[in-house]
Amino acid sequence: MEYYLSLLIRSIFIENMALSFFLGMCSFLAISKKIGAAFGLGVAVVVVQTIVVPLNNLIYANILANGALTWAGLPDTDLSFLGLVVYIGVIAAVVQILEMILDKFFPAIYGALGVFLPLITVNCIIMGGVLFMVERDYNLGESVVFGFGSGAGWAIAIVLLAGVREKLKYSDVPEGLRGLGITFITVGLMSLGFMSFGGIDL
Amino acid sequence: MKVKELLFDPIFKNNPIALQILGICSALAVTSSLRVTLVMCIGLTLVTAFSSFFVSTVRNHTPNSIRIIVQMTIIGSLVIVVDQVLKAVAYDLSKQLSVFVGLIMTNCIVMGRAEAFAMKNPPIPSFLDGIGMGLGYSAMLIALAVVREIFGAGKLMGHEILPLVTDGGWYVPNGLLLLPPSAFFLIGLFIWALRTWKTNQVEAAEFRITSNTKAQEV
Repeated sequence: MEYYLSLLIRSIFIENMALSFFLGMCSFLAISKKIGAAFGLGVAVVVVQTIVVPLNNLIYANILANGALTWAGLPDTDLSFLGLVVYIGVIAAVVQILEMILDKFFPAIYGALGVFLPLITVNCIIMGGVLFMVERDYNLGESVVFGFGSGAGWAIAIVLLAGVREKLKYSDVPEGLRGLGITFITVGLMSLGFMSFGGIDL
Repeated sequence: MKVKELLFDPIFKNNPIALQILGICSALAVTSSLRVTLVMCIGLTLVTAFSSFFVSTVRNHTPNSIRIIVQMTIIGSLVIVVDQVLKAVAYDLSKQLSVFVGLIMTNCIVMGRAEAFAMKNPPIPSFLDGIGMGLGYSAMLIALAVVREIFGAGKLMGHEILPLVTDGGWYVPNGLLLLPPSAFFLIGLFIWALRTWKTNQVEAAEFRITSNTKAQEV
């Protein structure tokens, strides 16, 4: 139990997806102008990440990994090179199904999250989470915790950035730095702040 | 469109990173040493060029509703080729790049150009557009990597440029430049420099015009 708790804290703060691995940067910078939109996208990422990482973990462990097909009588088969295509297929399918389920049964949530879901298919944070899960050999329990934690860390970071940017638009920024430039520097400062979590040893 | 425009416009006039906000993730993460950066640039340029080429080749036979899946399959297959070649030829480098080779697939430059350019243009211009975007991306990344490696570690491609204090030289390395946040500051400053030179890229003040960026997010 304690182990899972420390994994959760580590994936939210110390190894924050946005601020120390730079994943999902494109939408991180593009959708962080308003807190409301940033929060919606953040929640969508948490939901998709928590579903997709464990799902891909199951697929990897039972079908793709070296020797995983022993149960089917093929102990020498190594399909891990097919990983990338399979993962992205799973991500695209889950996003599509989630969109249809929300549309049918929870129209209110769909109204709030709908526009963000398609964006998530090509968001590198989901793919990055899956690839880290494979690289670090997480088991099913760990991948649930890691999926939720990394998504939550990203959501916290984008909401924080949106808060800063909402105030920032009233400030007098030098011309060439306006918009994208100053946003990068803001994110750099936030990333410095998050680095101080690095000293925590769990 | 002319070949020259397609190839060289993305470097300064229409830089994917500085103006279009495409492909930023890898720009930040792999630039702490030049060798790794070069491999990443070559990989990305090849994938972008060939994916644009193939997407454009099948564009008239692709129904609109499934185009994303078709593009993803093409891009994914190309990335697998790059990943496998890298693992076979330069295993250490592919370990250093860790997940970022795989992430070329979700790199928004590849997807963005397939969607914005290759779906509307014939194969050869699309191929050149891919190469051009790759060059623009590489220019930014190489500039970042050179600054970060020289001032952060006193080296370039592993050769000593500024002799470090620890080895009896005079240069005290700035460790911050090897850490992730420095990449943000450097890109911010590069954008500032670029927009001071090309003033038409300056964004309008936000409280006068609602839309702030001119970027095309996919």
